Amino acid sequence: MPKLTIEELEKLRERAKKATFLRETTDYRAKITVHMGTCGIAAGAREIMNAFLQELQARDITDVLLTNSGCAGLCSREPMATIEIKGQAPVKYVDLTPEKVKQIFEKHVLGGEIVQDYALGIGSEKTDY
Amino acid sequence: MEDLSLHILDVAENSLAAKATRVIIRLEEDTQAKTLRLVIEDNGQGMDKETLKRAVDPFFTTKQTRRVGLGLSLLAQAAHATGGQFSLESKPGWGTKVTATFKTDHWDLKPLGDISQTLLTLILGHPEVELIFIHRRDNQEAIFSTEKVKAELNGWLLNSPQAIPLIMDHINKAMNL
Repeated sequence: MPKLTIEELEKLRERAKKATFLRETTDYRAKITVHMGTCGIAAGAREIMNAFLQELQARDITDVLLTNSGCAGLCSREPMATIEIKGQAPVKYVDLTPEKVKQIFEKHVLGGEIVQDYALGIGSEKTDY
Repeated sequence: MEDLSLHILDVAENSLAAKATRVIIRLEEDTQAKTLRLVIEDNGQGMDKETLKRAVDPFFTTKQTRRVGLGLSLLAQAAHATGGQFSLESKPGWGTKVTATFKTDHWDLKPLGDISQTLLTLILGHPEVELIFIHRRDNQEAIFSTEKVKAELNGWLLNSPQAIPLIMDHINKAMNL
């Protein structure tokens, strides 16, 4: 059997590390929840989900969970997303566009600074599921 | 809703809210009969007779967060607008089956939209759910299944960014018959 080089071992270690990505629900530093009720979908929530995904992929980020939820009852402010940095209170953003997503991702998800211009408030909400 | 792919996302999200562990989406094009049949079935909690009767009423919802339930009524309207049909079957403990048939030569047929983005959004939001997409055009058929993708992922999770190119590749194969 050929000997493994240090570089190859390093790659294997990296791969094993990534393979355990988000295996545990607590194993992430931030969680992004896009509201995907009928109102959200009609207002463009799928595009918002895709915009967050583009940011994750472009930066090869593997420890941020991107998921979705139902309607939170504020249909007129859709598309909406909730950003939750581990250990901090969730922040709800409203009237989103892909451009706003870019700013929120850079400042809040990566930098930890809430984008107050687009934020509705801090705290969890009840959704359909 | 601008296109049919958004209706599919919306109805499938209902399935997931109803705690389905498997969702099957069928898109069947019949070029001779000029029809497009959309079927979304799940193994979720299902509806009792009373709920089923009112499910297409836009002013009825089981949700606590608002007082309207537009999803199914909008899909029914989109099908009826083309001269097509809409039906709903459901039983508690059995699941729900939504069928919408569209006339493809009608002016009011909505565009299909981006099915790939709809499927990807469903997978990312609910990686634990088995999602099957069956695309049929006349006698040709292609099947996308998250279980098939998982088998090729070598331990990567479905919602990891690294899995997305493979998921998209499988979806595109199912879309391009």
